Amino acid sequence: MPKPVPTQQLIDNLLRGDRLALSRAISRVEDDAGEAARIVQAVFAHTGKAHLIGITGAPGTGKSTLVSALVASYRARGETVGVLAVDPTSPFSGGALLGDRVRMTSHSGDAGVFIRSMATRRGTGGLAKASADALLLLDAAGFDRILVETVGAGQAEIEIASVADSVVVVEAPGLGDEVQAIKAGLLEIADIFAVNKADRKGAARTVAALEMMLETGGAAAQTIFHHGQRMEAGAAASEIDGRDGWPIPVLETVAVSGGGVAQLRDALERHRTWLDESGARVARESRRLDHMLQTLVQAEMLARMERTLSPGLRSDLVDRMQRRKTDPYSAAADMVKKLST
Amino acid sequence: MKQSQIRVLIAKPGLDGHDRGAKVIARALRDAGFEVIYTGIRQTPQMIAEAALQEDVDVVGLSILSGAHMTLCPKVVELLHAQGQEDVLVLLGGIIPDEDAAQLKAAGVHAVFGPGTTSAEIIAFIRTAMAGG
Repeated sequence: MPKPVPTQQLIDNLLRGDRLALSRAISRVEDDAGEAARIVQAVFAHTGKAHLIGITGAPGTGKSTLVSALVASYRARGETVGVLAVDPTSPFSGGALLGDRVRMTSHSGDAGVFIRSMATRRGTGGLAKASADALLLLDAAGFDRILVETVGAGQAEIEIASVADSVVVVEAPGLGDEVQAIKAGLLEIADIFAVNKADRKGAARTVAALEMMLETGGAAAQTIFHHGQRMEAGAAASEIDGRDGWPIPVLETVAVSGGGVAQLRDALERHRTWLDESGARVARESRRLDHMLQTLVQAEMLARMERTLSPGLRSDLVDRMQRRKTDPYSAAADMVKKLST
Repeated sequence: MKQSQIRVLIAKPGLDGHDRGAKVIARALRDAGFEVIYTGIRQTPQMIAEAALQEDVDVVGLSILSGAHMTLCPKVVELLHAQGQEDVLVLLGGIIPDEDAAQLKAAGVHAVFGPGTTSAEIIAFIRTAMAGG
């Protein structure tokens, strides 16, 4: 095996827009917490410029195809696009099959597009952390728009999309009623709904159902449509997620043919303008950074726990819990106490 | 041993659309704990090299049943080297005559797997190669 490129050289090349350096840097932040710290420290000052767009939805709604169509739409305007496509790691083997590129081959050969697949790798430091780092690297590499695509199932995946500047939730007709979307927790994070495969039967019904949801339920909708009556609830919600006052559009798209994609791009542009004018962009970024800080501190505390506490302590406490000599809360308090002394 | 997760690109260059083999291998490699990026059929060597670069893979697995391997494989190797990925392991699966296989190995393909190869053999080959063997 050849000697790996020194990290500093990688960082310099990445900031110059070198694609191989960007690619290798993403691998390093994914694989190694120490390298992640070093690389992010070096590039962080160069981030904060890109428009970060989260795209999420149930499997089979056509997210990848829609992402590809959106990329084409931005490219037609001369904007550069980075894509982070996140797919789940198998909990059984630790492997992953990442197939999003299959729908994105039309951008091959375009130096203004960079597509990276990422597996969730649960349990090895957290998906939220690895993907947040990768997004910072894409930002530092200078892409105008960064699309992060995740399956809208599972807390971590929704979390990733929800920290974006603009969040598109993709639905499709015939995948179950709107209650499914509520259950998945997707309604609360959407800035824009795209009902994809809108040429199929039932699309109008899906659109109507979503519009009705927005008018009658959902935390985000309450702050918009019932602002007068729900001032307190609205204010509290908007403080958290900065969605107050944005009328969530429900758009129809046919990603395969590009239908409705220009409208989606325009809606994203309106949302970006709204973010800037309303101050929500600042609120979102602050929430994103706070989230990162929290994730990193948690990871560091866990690592410190592993490092400093005697290896037998945990199994000992578990053993005592099992014999009902102690309980989970007291055991946890015990460990935390040992950490802080 | 490579400490990090092993990433493998599975691609089908050329014009034949017979992707069953590629998909079976992709799945077997995932089940072996690798991260497999599947690119689909009808890929040009340029598309494959570009995907390998963006995905920073350790291994590129090519599946060819069209008979065009003597053109396509050396081109993929050449492009990978030209973009600074000389260290990527290039594997080929398909119906490849022995004399072709020898020439391809000389051209930088690390291994050629013909019909009857088990997934386990391929997995073992990758693991050994990644361990520096």
